[in-house]
This record gives sequence, structure tokens and C-alpha cells, in this order.
Amino acid sequence: MYELTGVTKRYTRGKEIVLALDGVDLTIPDGDRLVIQGPTGGGKSTLLQMLGGLDRPTSGEVVLDGTDMARLSEARLTKVRSENIGFVFQSFNLIPTLTAQENVETALVPLGIKAGDRRERAAEALKSVGLGERLRHLPGEMSGGQQQRVAIARALVKQPKVLLADEPTGNLDESTRDEIMDVLERMWKEHGLTFVMVTHDSALAKKAPRVATIRKGRITVKDNARA
Amino acid sequence: MFFTYLRRELRRRRKAALVVASGLALGIALVIVVNSVSNGMGKAQDKVLQSLYGLGTDMTVTKAADPDSDGAQRPRFKFDAKGDDDSSSQSNDIVMAQGFTTLPTSTVTKVGEQQGVSSAVGGLSLRVVKVDGQFTRGKFQQDQSTGGKRFEGGQSPRGKVVGGGADFDVNQYTVYGTDVTQPALGPMTSSKITSGRTFKTTETDAKVVVADSAYAKEKKLKVGSTVTIKSVKYEVIGIATADSGDATANLYMPLKQAQTLSDNKDKVTTIYVKAADSQKIGSVKSAIQKNVSGTTVTTSADLAKTVSGSLSTASDLATTVGKWLSITVLVAAFLVAGLLTSSAVSRRVREFGTLKALGWRSGRVTRQVVGEAVVNGLVGGALGIALGLAGAYAVSAVSPTLQAQLGGSGGGGEGLGARIGGGGGFGGPGRQAAKSLEVALTAPVSLTTIAVAVALAVAGGLIAGAFGGWRASRLRPADALRRVE
Repeated sequence: MYELTGVTKRYTRGKEIVLALDGVDLTIPDGDRLVIQGPTGGGKSTLLQMLGGLDRPTSGEVVLDGTDMARLSEARLTKVRSENIGFVFQSFNLIPTLTAQENVETALVPLGIKAGDRRERAAEALKSVGLGERLRHLPGEMSGGQQQRVAIARALVKQPKVLLADEPTGNLDESTRDEIMDVLERMWKEHGLTFVMVTHDSALAKKAPRVATIRKGRITVKDNARA
Repeated sequence: MFFTYLRRELRRRRKAALVVASGLALGIALVIVVNSVSNGMGKAQDKVLQSLYGLGTDMTVTKAADPDSDGAQRPRFKFDAKGDDDSSSQSNDIVMAQGFTTLPTSTVTKVGEQQGVSSAVGGLSLRVVKVDGQFTRGKFQQDQSTGGKRFEGGQSPRGKVVGGGADFDVNQYTVYGTDVTQPALGPMTSSKITSGRTFKTTETDAKVVVADSAYAKEKKLKVGSTVTIKSVKYEVIGIATADSGDATANLYMPLKQAQTLSDNKDKVTTIYVKAADSQKIGSVKSAIQKNVSGTTVTTSADLAKTVSGSLSTASDLATTVGKWLSITVLVAAFLVAGLLTSSAVSRRVREFGTLKALGWRSGRVTRQVVGEAVVNGLVGGALGIALGLAGAYAVSAVSPTLQAQLGGSGGGGEGLGARIGGGGGFGGPGRQAAKSLEVALTAPVSLTTIAVAVALAVAGGLIAGAFGGWRASRLRPADALRRVE
């Protein structure tokens, strides 16, 4: 469970001071599915970085299951990321020189899992996203949708608590978009994940039970299920 | 994963890897070639010195220069202008010690007794100038005539000379009186007997000579021929061929005979010294200089300083220009490798950011970058070693000939201006006989050179890796979210 209190992120761009997050309070219960929306530059990505432990807030607390990630050392934070948080990116971010299976394995490397087990688990994860036949393909040999499935397999192979997705369908056409959303939704259900997704797509947002909108660093949460 | 990732990355970016490797290869190849050529120069110089000294000689002892006494001993030829119609042939041999300076034989013993001296052997270098021919007296139409001793026409008197003149042949050669009881040291060790035999240790005063092959060829001498010096007949018992360059002398004879011929009883011109420990030549030199007065001690190092000609020019080039060139190229190659590695990391910001986001520690990412750079360096090293070996081989194959001039700092005192092989005649400045040699340059590649090359390759890789690794370690995991490639 995420508990964010008074999260503020300030950074300087040139001489200008940008207030990316301005006192954000947010609670995300376990197993929640939250969509974050908002205009470009509103602070969506910054919030995702805070949730993923990729960056620290200027002030405030980002507590994940009782641990304030804002106060962790770099090494501890890295450990939290490697064990608990899975990422899916807009441009897939696969290592172009590694095969699908090896790409998935990269997520298991920091956990100190033996090579044989790593390979097995990576193969299973790829099978679960429907890529059992493509273990040895390089990213360049696969379609965008397939690449994003590899990325999803990579995010979930370590069985994290949280899945964070940054515009996961942003680079995909409509039919592929639905396919990927189906996979993500299925995974969310199967793994009992906390799933936070940043998206521009209002069609996707409408389907989500909870939608958070960030404008000028301030957040408003709308509960679709209740409405 | 480390090796899989490494292998894949290098394969994918092989062009960039090759650029980095080639730069390093060039630098390393240069280092190998320069190093080997330097080695070759050293060897060539050793060869030059060896031809002068003989094997195993660490230093020579000669009489210290004494300019005042020089002129007094200068020899004179004496020819008579005989009667008007007498045109009989006349001959005159002048036998003198090289450099006109000698040391008493007792000095040899004294030098031999110095601490650190393994053995000392004396030798007498002689120069023989043989002038023979006819002298015909000119006829003068006027009363005034100058008569007397003249060479080749002489000066003009007031009057007209009709007929007359001289027809003299000047032949000069060198003789080295060697201590036959100690064949292991001295200039003869740099020659091999190619025909006949060398001196027996019992032939201390025998009338026998060993001729240098080049001189023997010129004078058509064979084993069994005789040579006459100052009316004394010597039998040629052997022909010796110098290992490299010119021989020390044209003829070798027992020391005692040489002393008798030149009226230098119990005298030597040069003492050849072998040190007990070749690392302590300096201290042996000072011991001799301190304890045996009136001597000049010349070590191979001292002598090497007097080597001039294209050998020393090339040697200077190899050591200075070559050294700086290879340092410059190496530094440039290291820098370029570093910058290219660093820029390669910049192009992979999102990739490394992603790995960090996945929970890879900075150290692991850095290690990956350094690993790639080190492999690049090793590939460069292998290429460089191949290139360097090829270069060194090419130098050896072409084996350019280098001229070496030894000594020859003075030159003014050389009576007849001919080139004379100097044997240990480097005692008196101004009287030194310049010795010119031709040495083929080789470029032997030593194991040390290869080891240095490998070390440089690893160092190059590490330096490049340090650039890239530093860059990679500063990347933030949030860079994974960058939208631009």
C-alpha cells in the first residue's frame, strides 16, 4: 500500500524553478488499479518516478508498505525497486542486443538468481504473455506489441507487488493497444498487483475504477466505481 | 549475463569498437616498433663496440693524454738522393705505436690487481708505414740547385728542372701485438679463424702472424705466406675474419714480437679489462683511475658516446622522436578511446537507466561498460601487437645499413690522412683513429616489449572504461523514462 503525504518535487530548469509536484497526498491500497491522467508537463511522470523509487521528493513522504522511500539510501532504494516494483515503459526500453528471454532475465539479475532458474522463469513469463515461441528473438525482430509484451513479462517475472506503466500503449496502434491492455488487465487480476498507469488516453481512463488527474503539480482523484 | 551482454554489445557495435581498437592498436604498434628498433640500435652499437674491443671486454686502459711529448716522437723517413744515375729502389718501414703513447707492462699487472677486475690483458697496437720506390735526381740547367732530401718534386729552385723526381709507394697497415697466453680477452676475440690456426699459448715470441681476411685478400696472403716487416720475415699461420665491421688490425702477432719491432720493449698501448661483475663497471673504473696514475679508462659506455654517423642519428631518432611520437599517439589513442566510450554511454542513457530502474546497481552497470572497454582494449592490443610485429619484421627484413663512426674526435694529427683501423687507440684525443663501420639494423621484439604492449592495451581499455564508467555511474534510473532516444 502506498501512502503519499505532502509530496513536493521542485527542480530547476535553466534559471526557472519548476514545481512538478505540489503537496500531493495520495493513498493507493493494495490491489488497486489507478490511472493517472493530466496535461503534458503537469507532473504525471514525476509522480510515477516517486512511486517507482526512481527519484526522491524535495519534501514529503512516499511510504510503500511502511517504508518511506524518500529516506532510503540509494542501495536500499535499488533493492526495493529490484524486488517490489515492475516497470513498463512507453518505448518498451528493451536491450536491443539481447533476446526476448535474456531481456526478461535482466530483471532477475539483481536478485541473484542462478542462470538456469533465471532462464526457466523468463521462459515461463514469456509464455504467460503469449510469446512462448519467441524466446530467442531479438527486439528488432518483433512487432511493437510483441516488444511491449516482452517488457510486461520482464516487469512481472520477479513477481512484484507493484506494476507501474508509463504510457504503455502510447507507441502502439489501436488494435495492439487493446491487446496490450487486455494482457495488463489479466496480469493485474492474476497476480493481485497494485497497478498504476499513466496515460493520455481518455478511453482507457474511463475504464479504470480510479482516476487521478494532475494539473500543475496538484492532484485530484475521481472514483469511477462509486460514481 | 555479464558475458552474454558484453558479447552481444561488442558484436552489435563492432564498427565503433573497431575504431577504438584501431586507435589503441596504432599506438601499441608504434610502441613495439620503436622499442624494437631501439633494441636493434643497442645491438648494433654493441656490435660496433665489440668489433673494437672484442668480446667480454668491459673497459680499456690507455695512457693519459700528454700533448707535450707527442711531437718529439714523430717518425721521419730517410731517403738518400744518391748519385746522378742511381735509380735503385729504396724502402723504409716505420713501425710506431698507435697514438704514440704506451704504458709499461707492469701497469697490466697493476690493473689486474685492482678490486673487481676479473682479468686484464695488454696489447700493443702498431702502425706500419712502408714507403718504397725510386728517387731520381733532377738535372738543373742553371748553376743554382737545391739538392738534398725531397719528396715528389720538392720545392722550386730558381732555375729549371729537367727530368728527375720520385716514384714512391706508400703502404700502411696495422699490426696488433696480442698476449698469446690469454686468448680469451682482447680484440682478437671479435674475429674467427677461418683458415689455418690461431696462436698457441707457447708462441710468445714466435715469428708468426695471423692476417685479417680483408687484408689477406687485398695482399693475396694465404696460410704459409710470409710478410716482411722491417726486414723480419713472419709466417702467416692463420686468417681471421671479423664478426662484424672492420677488424681491429690487419695483422696480429705475438706481443713480444710487436714490442721488438717497434722498439717498445715491455710496453703496451692498451690494456683490456674484464670486470668481475658487469654491473660494477663504474666502481672498477674509478678504482683503476685512482690507483693507477697516468691512465685513461674507457668503458663501453664512454665509447658508445663517441659513436657518431647514421647509427647514432638513427639511435637518437629512435630514442627521442620515436619515444615522443609513441607517447603522443598513445595518449591520443587513450583519449579518443575514452571519449568514444563516453559518448557510446550517452547514446545508451535510456538502456542503462532502464537497467537501473530494474534494480541493477550502479556498480553492475559500470562494470558492464568497463568490461566492454577492456575487451576493446584487448582487441586493440592484439591488433597492435600483430601490426607492431609486422612492422618490426619489416625493419629487420629491410635491415637498413647504418654507418657508425667511432672516435674520430680529433683527426688533425693523422699523418697521411688514410683511414686506419684503430685498435684501442682511443687514448689520446686528437690522435684517435676514426673507425667507420657498417651495421645492419634489426628490430628484435623482446618478450618485455610484448608484455608492455599487453599492459598498455589493458591500461587503454581501463582508461576508456573509466571515462565511460564514470558517465554510466552518474546516470539516474529516472533516465529510463526519457522519451527521446
